[in-house]
Amino acid sequence: MGLSVKDKEIVVPGEELAQGMDYLPSYGTFRDGETIVAGRLGMVSAESRIIKLIPLAGKYLPKTNDTIIGRVFDVTMSGWMIDINSAYSAMLGVKDAVPEFVARGTDLTKYFSFGDYLVTRIINVTSKNFVDLTLKGPGLKKLGEGRIIHVSPHKVPRIIGKQGSMISMIKDSTNCRIVIGQNGIGWVQGEPEDELVAIQAIRKVEDESHTSGLTERIKEFLDRNKRQ
Amino acid sequence: MIKMELRKDGRRFDEMRTIEARAGVVKNADGSALFRIGDTVAYAAVYGPRELYPKFLQDPTKGILRCRYNMMPFSGAGDRVKPGPSRRSTEISLVIEKALLPVLSLEEFPNAVVDVFIDLPQTDAGTRCAGICAASIALADAGIAMKDLVSAVSTGHVNGQVVVDLTYDEESAEGEVADIPVAFMPRTGKLTLLQMDGEIGKEQLMHSLELVRKACRQIYEIQKAALKEKYTFNGESDEE
Repeated sequence: MGLSVKDKEIVVPGEELAQGMDYLPSYGTFRDGETIVAGRLGMVSAESRIIKLIPLAGKYLPKTNDTIIGRVFDVTMSGWMIDINSAYSAMLGVKDAVPEFVARGTDLTKYFSFGDYLVTRIINVTSKNFVDLTLKGPGLKKLGEGRIIHVSPHKVPRIIGKQGSMISMIKDSTNCRIVIGQNGIGWVQGEPEDELVAIQAIRKVEDESHTSGLTERIKEFLDRNKRQ
Repeated sequence: MIKMELRKDGRRFDEMRTIEARAGVVKNADGSALFRIGDTVAYAAVYGPRELYPKFLQDPTKGILRCRYNMMPFSGAGDRVKPGPSRRSTEISLVIEKALLPVLSLEEFPNAVVDVFIDLPQTDAGTRCAGICAASIALADAGIAMKDLVSAVSTGHVNGQVVVDLTYDEESAEGEVADIPVAFMPRTGKLTLLQMDGEIGKEQLMHSLELVRKACRQIYEIQKAALKEKYTFNGESDEE
């Protein structure tokens, strides 16, 4: 009876997490008779009776209301197909992308064409993993010049920080505009030297995401590399 | 038949060769692992889940697993192994795929594919078992939904003496030899692979399966440790 592992412990697939019916299996876990078992690699979160796993590895899984960055890889009759760094591509319909009326048969490349990067929000994910996107909302737009970077989707919360503390610190120090999508694609735009510093800082957060006192070290790193 | 105390290489009959396992050895892959048992070395790299093309191969009800087993040209004990798929490697690829399928929750990514590439730079028998062990670590490392890991090792008998983890010398010894690769799901204790080369009596078979079960438990602990070692430092983060 009770928990077999500690909170925040790393578990591998098939590991026993808890015994008995007092606990409920949630994301990444399943019940086998009386036992709750890990269904993937992850970190245990057992704050209440509900046991779930926080994934530490794996491809991005589309989730409704995530703000993500995607690349246009196909233009169809009714919208655009977007590569969202996941196992599945997403669809951006004309109605969700362009405010004006678009007559049928219009060449949609005049709005977005191949290779364009867009900041979009997921409005719906079906059980078959069809993903619907929208461009209507604050901060959602086509990205202009700048640099695209790829980070691990599981490190994105750390890069953004509590209420965006980490990312705004990097933004303020480097005078760059930065957008990090939940899917692990980021966009940085500023003076070329500043862009480099910002990217280095983001990489540093990604590499050292597990250590404590990271905010101070990033601050120190940014101060050291600040251009006068 | 003379009962020896130790085997030719100094191991006890139920003793495996030295095992080393590591997760995350291939940077570009979504998940990867190294599994070394004695002189047999297996690398596994996992890519995906990713979109599957050509489209007619897609399955809308569940994802697809593809395995490729490959011995490197210089890996054998003597002759160069001809590169590319052969009758033998195609069969072993299929067998590994079937051994891994029972633990994977493929219904979580319909229409997609998970590719597993297993390459052996050095071989001394037991390659499919080493490949399965490496692949199962790599799949977990790739964050793919799984019900369990898979641990595998070979067993059998050499001139009547039941042993685990046969080397090439033992496998090709003169006289009666049986080589039985076995793969287990450690949590449920169910078999996912059982093949045999040679002949074995019923009692000997039961005895060897008992030995191999114990050996697989040891391998499981090593696999688990390899995965935990890679991720343990990610444990304490104070975000959100």
